[in-house]
Amino acid sequence: MAVLVLAEHDHKAIRPVTLHTASAAIQIDGEVTVLIAGEHCGAAADAAAKIAGVVKVLCADDAAYGHHLAENVAWLVKTLAGDYSHILAPATTFGKNILPRTAALLDVAQISDIISVEGPDTFRRPIYAGNAIATVRSSDPIKVITVRGTAFEAVAAEGGGAAVEVIEGTGDAGYSSFVGWELSRSDRPELASARVVISGGRGLQNSESFKLIEAVADKLGAAVGASRAAVDSGFVSNDFQVGQTGRIVAPDLYIAVGISGAIQHLAGIKDSKVIVAINKDEEAPIFQVADYGLVADLFEVLPEMMKKL
Amino acid sequence: MKVLVAVKRVIDYSVKVRVKADQTGVETANVKMSMNPFDEIAVEEAVRLKDGGMVREIVAVSAGPAQVKDTIRTAMAMGANRGIHVPCEGELEPLAVAKLLKALMDKESPDLVIMGKQAIDDDCNQTGQMLGALANRPQGTFASNLTLSDGKVEVAREIDGGLEMVTLDLPAVITTDLRLNEPRYASLPNIMKAKKKLIELITPEDLGVDVTPRLEILNVEEPPVRTGGIIVADVDELLDKLRNEAKVI
Ligand SMILES: Cc1cc2nc3c(=O)[nH]c(=O)nc-3n(C[C@H](O)[C@H](O)[C@H](O)COP(=O)(O)OP(=O)(O)OC[C@H]3O[C@@H](n4cnc5c(N)ncnc54)[C@H](O)[C@@H]3O)c2cc1C
Ligand SMILES: Nc1ncnc2c1ncn2[C@@H]1O[C@H](COP(=O)(O)O)[C@@H](O)[C@H]1O
Repeated sequence: MAVLVLAEHDHKAIRPVTLHTASAAIQIDGEVTVLIAGEHCGAAADAAAKIAGVVKVLCADDAAYGHHLAENVAWLVKTLAGDYSHILAPATTFGKNILPRTAALLDVAQISDIISVEGPDTFRRPIYAGNAIATVRSSDPIKVITVRGTAFEAVAAEGGGAAVEVIEGTGDAGYSSFVGWELSRSDRPELASARVVISGGRGLQNSESFKLIEAVADKLGAAVGASRAAVDSGFVSNDFQVGQTGRIVAPDLYIAVGISGAIQHLAGIKDSKVIVAINKDEEAPIFQVADYGLVADLFEVLPEMMKKL
Repeated sequence: MKVLVAVKRVIDYSVKVRVKADQTGVETANVKMSMNPFDEIAVEEAVRLKDGGMVREIVAVSAGPAQVKDTIRTAMAMGANRGIHVPCEGELEPLAVAKLLKALMDKESPDLVIMGKQAIDDDCNQTGQMLGALANRPQGTFASNLTLSDGKVEVAREIDGGLEMVTLDLPAVITTDLRLNEPRYASLPNIMKAKKKLIELITPEDLGVDVTPRLEILNVEEPPVRTGGIIVADVDELLDKLRNEAKVI
Protein backbone atom coordinates (compact mmCIF):
# COMPACT_ATOMS: atom_id res chain seq x y z
CA MET A 1 0.00 0.00 0.00
CA ALA A 2 1.08 3.54 -0.69
CA VAL A 3 -0.19 6.63 1.09
CA LEU A 4 -0.29 10.15 -0.32
CA VAL A 5 -0.25 13.06 2.13
CA LEU A 6 -1.46 16.42 0.83
CA ALA A 7 0.82 18.79 2.75
CA GLU A 8 -0.29 22.07 4.26
CA HIS A 9 2.48 24.61 3.72
CA ASP A 10 3.06 28.27 2.96
CA HIS A 11 5.29 27.53 -0.09
CA LYS A 12 8.42 28.17 1.98
CA ALA A 13 7.89 25.82 4.92
CA ILE A 14 5.73 22.92 6.02
CA ARG A 15 3.01 23.65 8.59
CA PRO A 16 3.42 21.57 11.77
CA VAL A 17 0.03 19.89 11.23
CA THR A 18 1.53 18.18 8.18
CA LEU A 19 3.88 16.28 10.53
CA HIS A 20 0.89 15.02 12.53
CA THR A 21 -0.86 13.97 9.31
CA ALA A 22 2.30 12.15 8.15
CA SER A 23 2.26 10.31 11.47
CA ALA A 24 -1.22 8.92 10.72
CA ALA A 25 0.00 7.99 7.23
CA ILE A 26 2.94 6.05 8.67
CA GLN A 27 0.55 4.16 10.93
CA ILE A 28 -1.39 3.04 7.85
CA ASP A 29 1.67 1.98 5.88
CA GLY A 30 5.39 2.72 5.57
CA GLU A 31 5.26 3.96 1.96
CA VAL A 32 4.47 7.64 2.41
CA THR A 33 4.58 10.20 -0.39
CA VAL A 34 4.05 13.89 0.34
CA LEU A 35 2.49 16.20 -2.24
CA ILE A 36 3.46 19.87 -2.23
CA ALA A 37 1.09 21.83 -4.46
CA GLY A 38 2.09 25.47 -4.51
CA GLU A 39 3.81 28.28 -6.33
CA HIS A 40 7.57 28.81 -5.95
CA CYS A 41 7.31 26.04 -3.40
CA GLY A 42 10.72 24.39 -3.84
CA ALA A 43 11.70 25.24 -0.27
CA ALA A 44 8.58 23.58 1.12
CA ALA A 45 9.31 20.48 -1.01
CA ASP A 46 12.87 20.35 0.33
CA ALA A 47 11.52 20.60 3.87
CA ALA A 48 9.03 17.80 3.17
CA ALA A 49 11.86 15.60 1.89
CA LYS A 50 13.47 15.75 5.34
CA ILE A 51 10.40 14.48 7.22
CA ALA A 52 11.24 11.20 8.94
CA GLY A 53 9.59 8.23 7.24
CA VAL A 54 8.69 9.97 3.97
CA VAL A 55 9.92 8.08 0.90
CA LYS A 56 9.02 10.50 -1.87
CA VAL A 57 7.97 14.11 -2.39
CA LEU A 58 5.96 15.28 -5.38
CA CYS A 59 6.27 18.98 -6.09
CA ALA A 60 3.71 20.65 -8.36
CA ASP A 61 4.89 24.24 -8.77
CA ASP A 62 2.23 26.18 -10.64
CA ALA A 63 0.51 29.57 -10.33
CA ALA A 64 -2.81 27.69 -10.16
CA TYR A 65 -1.80 26.45 -6.68
CA GLY A 66 -0.54 29.79 -5.37
CA HIS A 67 -3.50 30.19 -3.04
CA HIS A 68 -4.48 26.54 -2.71
CA LEU A 69 -7.79 27.06 -4.51
CA ALA A 70 -9.76 23.86 -3.92
CA GLU A 71 -10.99 23.69 -7.50
CA ASN A 72 -7.40 23.41 -8.78
CA VAL A 73 -5.69 21.40 -6.04
CA ALA A 74 -8.50 18.81 -5.78
CA TRP A 75 -8.15 18.09 -9.47
CA LEU A 76 -4.37 17.65 -9.21
CA VAL A 77 -4.79 15.18 -6.33
CA LYS A 78 -7.43 13.30 -8.32
CA THR A 79 -5.07 12.80 -11.24
CA LEU A 80 -2.39 11.36 -8.92
CA ALA A 81 -4.76 9.19 -6.90
CA GLY A 82 -4.46 6.03 -9.02
CA ASP A 83 -1.07 5.24 -7.50
CA TYR A 84 -2.30 5.25 -3.90
CA SER A 85 -4.51 3.25 -1.57
CA HIS A 86 -4.94 6.18 0.85
CA ILE A 87 -4.99 9.96 0.49
CA LEU A 88 -4.63 12.02 3.66
CA ALA A 89 -4.80 15.72 4.50
CA PRO A 90 -5.00 17.59 7.79
CA ALA A 91 -8.52 18.33 9.06
CA THR A 92 -7.85 22.08 8.95
CA THR A 93 -9.69 24.63 6.83
CA PHE A 94 -7.06 23.82 4.17
CA GLY A 95 -7.72 20.07 4.10
CA LYS A 96 -11.46 20.31 4.70
CA ASN A 97 -11.81 22.65 1.74
CA ILE A 98 -9.92 20.52 -0.76
CA LEU A 99 -10.17 16.84 0.09
CA PRO A 100 -13.96 16.21 -0.10
CA ARG A 101 -13.76 17.61 -3.61
CA THR A 102 -11.09 15.05 -4.50
CA ALA A 103 -13.15 12.26 -2.93
CA ALA A 104 -16.19 13.16 -5.03
CA LEU A 105 -14.07 13.29 -8.20
CA LEU A 106 -12.91 9.76 -7.34
CA ASP A 107 -16.46 8.67 -6.46
CA VAL A 108 -15.42 7.58 -2.97
CA ALA A 109 -16.52 8.58 0.52
CA GLN A 110 -14.37 10.78 2.70
CA ILE A 111 -13.65 9.82 6.29
CA SER A 112 -13.43 13.12 8.16
CA ASP A 113 -11.33 14.01 11.17
CA ILE A 114 -9.97 10.58 12.17
CA ILE A 115 -8.50 10.23 15.67
CA SER A 116 -7.06 6.72 15.27
CA VAL A 117 -6.05 4.13 12.70
CA GLU A 118 -7.47 0.70 13.60
CA GLY A 119 -6.37 -1.01 10.39
CA PRO A 120 -5.88 -0.16 6.71
CA ASP A 121 -9.62 0.29 6.16
CA THR A 122 -10.86 1.01 9.69
CA PHE A 123 -10.69 4.31 11.54
CA ARG A 124 -12.21 6.05 14.56
CA ARG A 125 -13.74 9.51 14.37
CA PRO A 126 -15.77 11.73 16.70
CA ILE A 127 -19.38 12.54 15.83
CA TYR A 128 -22.01 14.73 17.59
CA ALA A 129 -19.41 17.24 18.81
CA GLY A 130 -17.32 14.43 20.24
CA ASN A 131 -20.16 13.05 22.36
CA ALA A 132 -19.78 9.76 20.53
CA ILE A 133 -16.89 8.03 18.79
CA ALA A 134 -17.68 5.99 15.68
CA THR A 135 -15.50 3.20 14.31
CA VAL A 136 -15.99 3.06 10.55
CA ARG A 137 -14.80 0.67 7.85
CA SER A 138 -14.50 1.76 4.25
CA SER A 139 -15.23 -0.46 1.27
CA ASP A 140 -13.90 2.09 -1.25
CA PRO A 141 -10.82 1.24 -3.35
CA ILE A 142 -9.14 4.51 -2.30
CA LYS A 143 -9.54 5.79 1.25
CA VAL A 144 -9.74 9.57 1.37
CA ILE A 145 -9.20 10.82 4.92
CA THR A 146 -8.74 14.02 6.90
CA VAL A 147 -6.72 13.72 10.09
CA ARG A 148 -7.24 15.46 13.43
CA GLY A 149 -3.71 16.66 14.13
CA THR A 150 -4.02 16.70 17.92
CA ALA A 151 -4.78 12.96 17.95
CA PHE A 152 -1.43 11.96 16.39
CA GLU A 153 2.08 12.69 17.66
CA ALA A 154 4.11 14.66 15.10
CA VAL A 155 6.81 12.76 13.23
CA ALA A 156 10.30 14.27 13.29
CA ALA A 157 10.72 17.13 10.82
CA GLU A 158 14.32 16.05 10.19
CA GLY A 159 15.98 12.74 9.55
CA GLY A 160 14.39 11.63 6.27
CA GLY A 161 16.03 11.82 2.89
CA ALA A 162 13.29 11.49 0.28
CA ALA A 163 13.81 12.39 -3.36
CA VAL A 164 11.84 15.34 -4.73
CA GLU A 165 10.11 14.67 -8.03
CA VAL A 166 8.86 17.70 -9.92
CA ILE A 167 5.48 17.05 -11.54
CA GLU A 168 3.33 18.97 -14.01
CA GLY A 169 0.40 21.00 -12.78
CA THR A 170 -3.10 20.35 -14.05
CA GLY A 171 -3.92 24.00 -14.71
CA ASP A 172 -6.56 26.43 -13.55
CA ALA A 173 -10.23 25.43 -13.52
CA GLY A 174 -10.88 29.05 -14.47
CA TYR A 175 -14.04 29.71 -12.45
CA SER A 176 -12.62 30.83 -9.12
CA SER A 177 -9.96 33.32 -8.18
CA PHE A 178 -8.20 34.58 -5.09
CA VAL A 179 -8.87 38.19 -4.14
CA GLY A 180 -7.13 38.77 -0.83
CA TRP A 181 -6.52 37.87 2.78
CA GLU A 182 -7.19 39.46 6.11
CA LEU A 183 -4.88 37.44 8.29
CA SER A 184 -4.48 37.88 12.02
CA ARG A 185 -0.85 38.52 12.70
CA SER A 186 0.49 37.52 16.05
CA ASP A 187 3.81 36.71 17.64
CA ARG A 188 2.12 34.28 20.01
CA PRO A 189 2.31 30.52 19.48
CA GLU A 190 -0.10 28.86 17.04
CA LEU A 191 -3.38 27.69 18.63
CA ALA A 192 -3.15 24.20 17.18
CA SER A 193 0.36 23.46 18.46
CA ALA A 194 0.74 25.63 21.60
CA ARG A 195 1.68 23.93 24.87
CA VAL A 196 -0.50 26.34 26.81
CA VAL A 197 -3.76 27.93 25.62
CA ILE A 198 -5.77 30.55 27.47
CA SER A 199 -9.24 31.33 26.12
CA GLY A 200 -11.74 34.02 26.99
CA GLY A 201 -15.50 33.93 26.74
CA ARG A 202 -18.47 36.25 26.96
CA GLY A 203 -17.49 36.94 30.58
CA LEU A 204 -14.73 39.24 29.29
CA GLN A 205 -17.46 41.71 28.23
CA ASN A 206 -15.51 43.61 25.53
CA SER A 207 -12.41 43.60 23.38
CA GLU A 208 -10.71 46.08 25.70
CA SER A 209 -10.85 43.70 28.67
CA PHE A 210 -9.97 40.75 26.40
CA LYS A 211 -6.49 42.30 26.55
CA LEU A 212 -6.26 40.88 30.08
CA ILE A 213 -6.29 37.41 28.51
CA GLU A 214 -3.59 38.43 26.05
CA ALA A 215 -1.43 39.84 28.85
CA VAL A 216 -1.60 36.61 30.85
CA ALA A 217 -0.98 34.64 27.64
CA ASP A 218 2.25 36.54 27.10
CA LYS A 219 3.39 35.79 30.64
CA LEU A 220 2.74 32.08 30.04
CA GLY A 221 3.99 31.96 26.46
CA ALA A 222 0.50 30.76 25.62
CA ALA A 223 -1.70 30.91 22.54
CA VAL A 224 -4.99 32.81 22.83
CA GLY A 225 -8.37 31.26 22.08
CA ALA A 226 -12.01 32.26 22.49
CA SER A 227 -15.52 30.90 22.75
CA ARG A 228 -18.02 31.45 19.97
CA ALA A 229 -19.80 34.05 22.09
CA ALA A 230 -16.57 36.05 22.42
CA VAL A 231 -16.03 35.91 18.65
CA ASP A 232 -19.63 36.76 17.80
CA SER A 233 -19.47 39.71 20.22
CA GLY A 234 -16.44 40.96 18.30
CA PHE A 235 -13.86 40.68 21.10
CA VAL A 236 -11.52 38.79 18.75
CA SER A 237 -11.58 37.53 15.15
CA ASN A 238 -13.14 34.27 13.95
CA ASP A 239 -9.95 32.24 13.77
CA PHE A 240 -9.66 32.34 17.57
CA GLN A 241 -12.81 30.22 18.04
CA VAL A 242 -12.15 26.94 19.80
CA GLY A 243 -14.75 24.17 19.59
CA GLN A 244 -16.83 21.79 17.49
CA THR A 245 -17.01 24.18 14.58
CA GLY A 246 -13.80 26.11 15.24
CA ARG A 247 -10.31 24.96 16.19
CA ILE A 248 -9.54 21.74 18.05
CA VAL A 249 -6.77 22.10 20.65
CA ALA A 250 -5.01 19.64 22.95
CA PRO A 251 -2.39 21.59 24.92
CA ASP A 252 -0.76 20.51 28.17
CA LEU A 253 -2.66 23.32 29.86
CA TYR A 254 -5.96 24.90 28.79
CA ILE A 255 -7.31 27.82 30.80
CA ALA A 256 -10.95 28.80 30.20
CA VAL A 257 -11.81 32.25 31.54
CA GLY A 258 -15.41 33.49 31.62
CA ILE A 259 -16.54 30.53 29.49
CA SER A 260 -19.61 28.54 30.57
CA GLY A 261 -18.58 25.23 28.97
CA ALA A 262 -21.21 24.52 26.30
CA ILE A 263 -20.96 21.10 24.57
CA GLN A 264 -19.75 22.82 21.41
CA HIS A 265 -16.88 24.49 23.24
CA LEU A 266 -15.91 21.36 25.20
CA ALA A 267 -15.69 19.44 21.90
CA GLY A 268 -12.60 21.48 21.07
CA ILE A 269 -10.72 21.13 24.38
CA LYS A 270 -11.48 17.65 25.75
CA ASP A 271 -8.08 16.21 24.89
CA SER A 272 -6.16 18.89 26.79
CA LYS A 273 -3.99 17.35 29.54
CA VAL A 274 -4.97 19.83 32.25
CA ILE A 275 -8.03 22.09 32.13
CA VAL A 276 -8.39 25.12 34.39
CA ALA A 277 -11.71 26.98 34.65
CA ILE A 278 -12.09 30.47 36.03
CA ASN A 279 -15.73 31.44 36.34
CA LYS A 280 -17.78 33.34 38.90
CA ASP A 281 -20.71 30.93 38.59
CA GLU A 282 -19.99 27.75 40.55
CA GLU A 283 -22.75 25.98 38.60
CA ALA A 284 -21.06 26.57 35.23
CA PRO A 285 -20.73 23.24 33.33
CA ILE A 286 -17.06 23.95 32.60
CA PHE A 287 -16.29 22.92 36.20
CA GLN A 288 -17.47 19.37 35.41
CA VAL A 289 -14.49 18.87 33.12
CA ALA A 290 -11.92 21.15 34.79
CA ASP A 291 -9.04 19.64 36.75
CA TYR A 292 -8.71 22.88 38.69
CA GLY A 293 -11.61 25.24 39.13
CA LEU A 294 -11.50 28.73 40.59
CA VAL A 295 -14.85 30.29 41.42
CA ALA A 296 -14.07 33.99 41.26
CA ASP A 297 -14.43 37.23 39.34
CA LEU A 298 -12.08 37.15 36.36
CA PHE A 299 -11.52 40.90 36.63
CA GLU A 300 -9.80 40.25 39.95
CA VAL A 301 -8.14 36.96 39.05
CA LEU A 302 -6.43 37.94 35.79
CA PRO A 303 -4.60 41.02 37.17
CA GLU A 304 -3.52 38.97 40.18
CA MET A 305 -2.22 36.19 37.92
CA MET A 306 -0.32 38.82 35.94
CA LYS A 307 1.45 39.92 39.08
CA LYS A 308 2.24 36.45 40.38
CA LEU A 309 3.40 34.73 37.23
CA MET B 1 -31.80 34.44 -9.77
CA LYS B 2 -32.74 31.14 -8.27
CA VAL B 3 -31.22 29.70 -5.09
CA LEU B 4 -31.26 26.09 -3.94
CA VAL B 5 -30.78 25.60 -0.18
CA ALA B 6 -30.04 22.21 1.35
CA VAL B 7 -31.45 21.64 4.82
CA LYS B 8 -30.82 18.67 7.07
CA ARG B 9 -32.88 17.52 10.05
CA VAL B 10 -30.60 16.78 12.98
CA ILE B 11 -30.76 16.29 16.74
CA ASP B 12 -31.16 19.76 18.24
CA TYR B 13 -27.83 21.35 19.20
CA SER B 14 -28.89 21.74 22.83
CA VAL B 15 -29.57 18.02 23.37
CA LYS B 16 -26.97 16.04 25.31
CA VAL B 17 -26.56 13.11 22.93
CA ARG B 18 -26.45 9.59 24.39
CA VAL B 19 -24.94 6.51 22.85
CA LYS B 20 -27.25 3.47 22.60
CA ALA B 21 -26.50 0.60 24.93
CA ASP B 22 -25.90 -1.78 22.00
CA GLN B 23 -23.35 0.67 20.54
CA THR B 24 -25.02 0.84 17.11
CA GLY B 25 -25.60 4.57 17.17
CA VAL B 26 -27.04 7.34 19.33
CA GLU B 27 -30.44 7.52 21.00
CA THR B 28 -32.94 9.31 18.70
CA ALA B 29 -36.25 8.21 20.24
CA ASN B 30 -38.07 11.13 21.92
CA VAL B 31 -35.21 13.48 21.18
CA LYS B 32 -35.81 17.03 19.98
CA MET B 33 -34.97 17.42 16.27
CA SER B 34 -34.31 20.71 14.46
CA MET B 35 -32.89 22.14 11.30
CA ASN B 36 -29.08 21.93 11.29
CA PRO B 37 -27.99 25.38 12.62
CA PHE B 38 -25.70 26.04 9.65
CA ASP B 39 -28.62 25.35 7.30
CA GLU B 40 -30.74 27.95 9.11
CA ILE B 41 -27.95 30.38 8.27
CA ALA B 42 -28.11 29.18 4.65
CA VAL B 43 -31.87 29.74 4.44
CA GLU B 44 -31.54 33.15 6.11
CA GLU B 45 -28.90 34.23 3.58
CA ALA B 46 -31.09 33.16 0.67
CA VAL B 47 -34.08 35.03 2.14
CA ARG B 48 -32.01 38.18 2.62
CA LEU B 49 -30.92 38.00 -1.03
CA LYS B 50 -34.57 37.63 -2.00
CA ASP B 51 -35.60 40.54 0.23
CA GLY B 52 -32.83 42.61 -1.38
CA GLY B 53 -34.27 41.89 -4.82
CA MET B 54 -31.28 39.84 -5.99
CA VAL B 55 -33.13 36.53 -5.89
CA ARG B 56 -36.49 35.60 -7.31
CA GLU B 57 -37.01 32.08 -6.05
CA ILE B 58 -35.71 29.90 -3.21
CA VAL B 59 -36.10 26.12 -3.34
CA ALA B 60 -35.44 24.22 -0.09
CA VAL B 61 -34.30 20.60 -0.40
CA SER B 62 -34.00 17.88 2.19
CA ALA B 63 -33.23 14.18 1.87
CA GLY B 64 -34.37 11.72 4.50
CA PRO B 65 -37.48 10.10 6.00
CA ALA B 66 -40.96 11.69 5.92
CA GLN B 67 -40.18 13.84 8.99
CA VAL B 68 -37.70 15.97 7.05
CA LYS B 69 -40.75 17.62 5.51
CA ASP B 70 -41.03 19.51 8.83
CA THR B 71 -37.56 20.90 8.20
CA ILE B 72 -38.56 21.92 4.68
CA ARG B 73 -41.67 23.62 6.14
CA THR B 74 -39.44 25.55 8.54
CA ALA B 75 -37.36 26.74 5.59
CA MET B 76 -40.54 27.79 3.79
CA ALA B 77 -41.79 29.59 6.89
CA MET B 78 -38.52 31.52 6.90
CA GLY B 79 -39.07 32.53 3.27
CA ALA B 80 -38.30 29.68 0.83
CA ASN B 81 -40.87 29.56 -1.99
CA ARG B 82 -41.14 25.83 -2.41
CA GLY B 83 -39.66 22.56 -1.25
CA ILE B 84 -38.33 19.29 -2.57
CA HIS B 85 -38.33 16.16 -0.44
CA VAL B 86 -36.10 13.29 -1.51
CA PRO B 87 -37.35 10.30 0.49
CA CYS B 88 -34.55 8.09 1.84
CA GLU B 89 -34.43 5.70 4.78
CA GLY B 90 -31.33 4.77 6.72
CA GLU B 91 -27.79 6.13 6.65
CA LEU B 92 -27.20 8.85 4.03
CA GLU B 93 -23.58 9.76 3.42
CA PRO B 94 -22.38 13.15 2.14
CA LEU B 95 -21.42 11.66 -1.24
CA ALA B 96 -24.97 10.37 -1.74
CA VAL B 97 -26.50 13.71 -0.71
CA ALA B 98 -24.10 15.54 -3.05
CA LYS B 99 -25.18 13.28 -5.92
CA LEU B 100 -28.86 13.95 -5.20
CA LEU B 101 -28.19 17.69 -5.09
CA LYS B 102 -26.19 17.50 -8.33
CA ALA B 103 -29.13 15.85 -10.06
CA LEU B 104 -31.43 18.53 -8.67
CA MET B 105 -29.06 21.25 -9.90
CA ASP B 106 -29.37 19.77 -13.39
CA LYS B 107 -33.16 19.84 -13.08
CA GLU B 108 -33.58 23.26 -11.44
CA SER B 109 -30.58 25.21 -12.83
CA PRO B 110 -30.02 27.40 -9.75
CA ASP B 111 -27.52 30.27 -9.87
CA LEU B 112 -26.43 29.58 -6.32
CA VAL B 113 -26.60 26.60 -3.98
CA ILE B 114 -26.31 27.57 -0.30
CA MET B 115 -25.82 24.92 2.36
CA GLY B 116 -24.32 24.44 5.80
CA LYS B 117 -20.57 23.91 6.21
CA GLN B 118 -21.19 21.00 8.55
CA ALA B 119 -24.04 18.89 9.83
CA ILE B 120 -23.75 18.86 13.62
CA ASP B 121 -24.64 15.16 13.80
CA ASP B 122 -22.08 13.50 11.50
CA ASP B 123 -19.68 16.50 11.71
CA CYS B 124 -18.52 15.57 8.19
CA ASN B 125 -18.05 18.96 6.52
CA GLN B 126 -18.04 17.43 3.03
CA THR B 127 -21.31 17.73 1.14
CA GLY B 128 -20.88 21.24 -0.35
CA GLN B 129 -17.35 20.55 -1.56
CA MET B 130 -18.48 17.24 -3.08
CA LEU B 131 -21.37 18.95 -4.84
CA GLY B 132 -18.96 21.53 -6.28
CA ALA B 133 -16.82 18.73 -7.68
CA LEU B 134 -19.72 16.70 -9.12
CA ALA B 135 -21.33 19.76 -10.72
CA ASN B 136 -17.92 21.03 -11.88
CA ARG B 137 -18.66 24.40 -10.28
CA PRO B 138 -16.63 26.60 -7.89
CA GLN B 139 -17.11 26.50 -4.13
CA GLY B 140 -17.06 29.16 -1.42
CA THR B 141 -16.79 27.20 1.80
CA PHE B 142 -17.07 28.53 5.39
CA ALA B 143 -18.59 31.79 4.13
CA SER B 144 -18.92 34.76 6.46
CA ASN B 145 -19.93 37.25 3.76
CA LEU B 146 -21.40 37.09 0.24
CA THR B 147 -21.52 39.88 -2.33
CA LEU B 148 -23.31 39.22 -5.63
CA SER B 149 -22.53 41.18 -8.78
CA ASP B 150 -23.09 40.40 -12.45
CA GLY B 151 -22.53 36.71 -12.84
CA LYS B 152 -20.13 36.45 -9.91
CA VAL B 153 -20.14 36.14 -6.15
CA GLU B 154 -17.41 37.39 -3.85
CA VAL B 155 -17.08 35.26 -0.75
CA ALA B 156 -15.25 35.99 2.51
CA ARG B 157 -14.14 32.62 3.87
CA GLU B 158 -13.33 31.86 7.51
CA ILE B 159 -9.96 30.11 7.42
CA ASP B 160 -7.57 29.11 10.19
CA GLY B 161 -5.42 32.21 9.84
CA GLY B 162 -8.27 34.74 9.46
CA LEU B 163 -10.33 35.52 6.35
CA GLU B 164 -9.79 34.78 2.68
CA MET B 165 -11.65 36.53 -0.11
CA VAL B 166 -12.37 34.69 -3.37
CA THR B 167 -14.46 35.48 -6.45
CA LEU B 168 -16.50 32.70 -8.02
CA ASP B 169 -18.37 32.50 -11.31
CA LEU B 170 -22.04 31.59 -10.98
CA PRO B 171 -23.47 29.05 -10.56
CA ALA B 172 -21.49 28.41 -7.39
CA VAL B 173 -21.83 26.35 -4.23
CA ILE B 174 -21.62 28.21 -0.92
CA THR B 175 -21.29 26.68 2.55
CA THR B 176 -22.12 28.85 5.54
CA ASP B 177 -20.11 29.64 8.64
CA LEU B 178 -21.51 31.02 11.89
CA ARG B 179 -20.76 34.68 11.22
CA LEU B 180 -22.64 34.92 7.89
CA ASN B 181 -25.86 36.14 9.53
CA GLU B 182 -28.23 35.58 12.42
CA PRO B 183 -31.20 33.51 11.29
CA ARG B 184 -34.69 34.83 11.94
CA TYR B 185 -37.40 32.99 13.79
CA ALA B 186 -40.33 32.16 11.54
CA SER B 187 -43.45 34.10 12.57
CA LEU B 188 -46.68 32.26 13.32
CA PRO B 189 -48.51 33.62 10.24
CA ASN B 190 -45.58 32.54 8.07
CA ILE B 191 -45.61 29.08 9.66
CA MET B 192 -49.32 28.85 8.79
CA LYS B 193 -48.69 30.03 5.24
CA ALA B 194 -45.84 27.53 4.82
CA LYS B 195 -48.29 24.69 5.45
CA LYS B 196 -49.96 25.55 2.14
CA LYS B 197 -46.77 25.77 0.11
CA LEU B 198 -45.82 22.97 -2.25
CA ILE B 199 -43.42 20.18 -1.33
CA GLU B 200 -42.58 18.09 -4.35
CA LEU B 201 -41.57 14.46 -3.84
CA ILE B 202 -38.63 13.30 -5.97
CA THR B 203 -37.11 9.89 -5.29
CA PRO B 204 -33.42 8.93 -5.66
CA GLU B 205 -34.58 6.60 -8.48
CA ASP B 206 -36.21 9.56 -10.29
CA LEU B 207 -32.84 11.28 -10.03
CA GLY B 208 -30.91 8.17 -11.04
CA VAL B 209 -28.82 8.20 -7.88
CA ASP B 210 -27.60 5.19 -5.90
CA VAL B 211 -27.49 6.22 -2.22
CA THR B 212 -25.93 3.01 -0.86
CA PRO B 213 -23.43 3.88 1.92
CA ARG B 214 -19.73 3.29 1.32
CA LEU B 215 -18.82 3.18 4.98
CA GLU B 216 -19.88 0.61 7.51
CA ILE B 217 -20.30 1.84 11.06
CA LEU B 218 -18.84 -0.98 13.13
CA ASN B 219 -19.56 0.58 16.47
CA VAL B 220 -20.43 3.83 18.25
CA GLU B 221 -19.21 4.35 21.78
CA GLU B 222 -19.04 6.96 24.52
CA PRO B 223 -15.87 9.00 24.56
CA PRO B 224 -13.67 8.63 27.62
CA VAL B 225 -15.31 10.79 30.28
CA ARG B 226 -13.41 13.63 31.84
CA THR B 227 -14.30 14.02 35.44
CA GLY B 228 -14.10 17.29 37.27
CA GLY B 229 -11.16 17.79 39.59
CA ILE B 230 -10.92 20.11 42.54
CA ILE B 231 -11.96 23.64 43.32
CA VAL B 232 -9.08 25.80 44.48
CA ALA B 233 -9.51 28.65 46.96
CA ASP B 234 -7.54 31.39 45.28
CA VAL B 235 -4.94 32.36 42.70
CA ASP B 236 -2.06 31.32 44.96
CA GLU B 237 -3.39 27.80 45.33
CA LEU B 238 -4.11 27.59 41.60
CA LEU B 239 -0.58 28.61 40.62
CA ASP B 240 0.90 26.31 43.24
CA LYS B 241 -1.08 23.34 41.87
CA LEU B 242 -0.13 24.15 38.28
CA ARG B 243 3.55 24.47 39.20
CA ASN B 244 4.01 21.66 41.68
CA GLU B 245 1.22 19.13 41.14
CA ALA B 246 0.38 19.27 37.42
CA LYS B 247 3.81 20.70 36.52
CA VAL B 248 2.43 22.48 33.47
CA ILE B 249 3.83 25.98 34.11
C1 LIG C 1 -23.98 25.06 15.44
C2 LIG C 1 -23.28 25.62 16.64
C3 LIG C 1 -21.90 25.56 16.68
C4 LIG C 1 -21.20 26.10 17.76
N1 LIG C 1 -19.84 26.01 17.76
C5 LIG C 1 -19.16 26.51 18.83
C6 LIG C 1 -17.73 26.41 18.90
O1 LIG C 1 -17.08 25.88 18.01
N2 LIG C 1 -17.11 26.94 19.98
C7 LIG C 1 -17.78 27.56 21.01
O2 LIG C 1 -17.15 28.05 21.96
N3 LIG C 1 -19.13 27.65 20.96
C8 LIG C 1 -19.83 27.15 19.90
N4 LIG C 1 -21.19 27.28 19.88
C9 LIG C 1 -21.85 28.13 20.90
C10 LIG C 1 -22.08 27.44 22.23
O3 LIG C 1 -23.29 26.73 22.18
C11 LIG C 1 -22.17 28.53 23.35
O4 LIG C 1 -23.19 29.43 23.05
C12 LIG C 1 -20.86 29.31 23.56
O5 LIG C 1 -19.77 28.43 23.68
C13 LIG C 1 -20.98 30.18 24.82
O6 LIG C 1 -19.84 31.00 24.97
P1 LIG C 1 -19.43 31.52 26.41
O7 LIG C 1 -19.19 30.37 27.32
O8 LIG C 1 -18.31 32.50 26.23
O9 LIG C 1 -20.70 32.40 26.86
P2 LIG C 1 -21.75 32.13 28.01
O10 LIG C 1 -22.38 30.80 27.88
O11 LIG C 1 -22.61 33.33 28.03
O12 LIG C 1 -20.86 32.08 29.33
C14 LIG C 1 -20.21 33.18 29.89
C15 LIG C 1 -19.65 32.72 31.22
O13 LIG C 1 -18.87 33.77 31.78
C16 LIG C 1 -19.07 33.77 33.20
N5 LIG C 1 -18.76 35.11 33.69
C17 LIG C 1 -19.41 36.28 33.41
N6 LIG C 1 -18.80 37.31 34.03
C18 LIG C 1 -17.75 36.80 34.71
C19 LIG C 1 -16.76 37.36 35.57
N7 LIG C 1 -16.72 38.67 35.80
N8 LIG C 1 -15.85 36.54 36.11
C20 LIG C 1 -15.88 35.20 35.89
N9 LIG C 1 -16.80 34.61 35.10
C21 LIG C 1 -17.72 35.41 34.51
C22 LIG C 1 -20.52 33.38 33.38
O14 LIG C 1 -20.74 32.82 34.67
C23 LIG C 1 -20.73 32.37 32.25
O15 LIG C 1 -20.51 31.05 32.71
C24 LIG C 1 -21.91 26.71 18.83
C25 LIG C 1 -23.30 26.75 18.79
C26 LIG C 1 -23.98 26.20 17.72
C27 LIG C 1 -25.46 26.25 17.72
N1 LIG D 1 -29.90 14.68 4.13
C1 LIG D 1 -29.63 15.94 3.75
N2 LIG D 1 -30.59 16.70 3.16
C2 LIG D 1 -30.32 17.96 2.78
N3 LIG D 1 -29.14 18.56 2.95
C3 LIG D 1 -28.16 17.87 3.53
C4 LIG D 1 -28.35 16.52 3.97
N4 LIG D 1 -27.18 16.10 4.51
C5 LIG D 1 -26.31 17.14 4.42
N5 LIG D 1 -26.89 18.20 3.83
C6 LIG D 1 -26.29 19.52 3.58
O1 LIG D 1 -24.88 19.40 3.61
C7 LIG D 1 -24.33 20.22 4.64
C8 LIG D 1 -23.05 19.62 5.19
O2 LIG D 1 -23.29 18.34 5.73
P1 LIG D 1 -22.10 17.32 6.09
O3 LIG D 1 -21.20 17.28 4.90
O4 LIG D 1 -22.78 16.03 6.38
O5 LIG D 1 -21.40 17.89 7.30
C9 LIG D 1 -25.47 20.39 5.62
O6 LIG D 1 -25.30 21.56 6.41
C10 LIG D 1 -26.67 20.50 4.67
O7 LIG D 1 -26.75 21.79 4.11
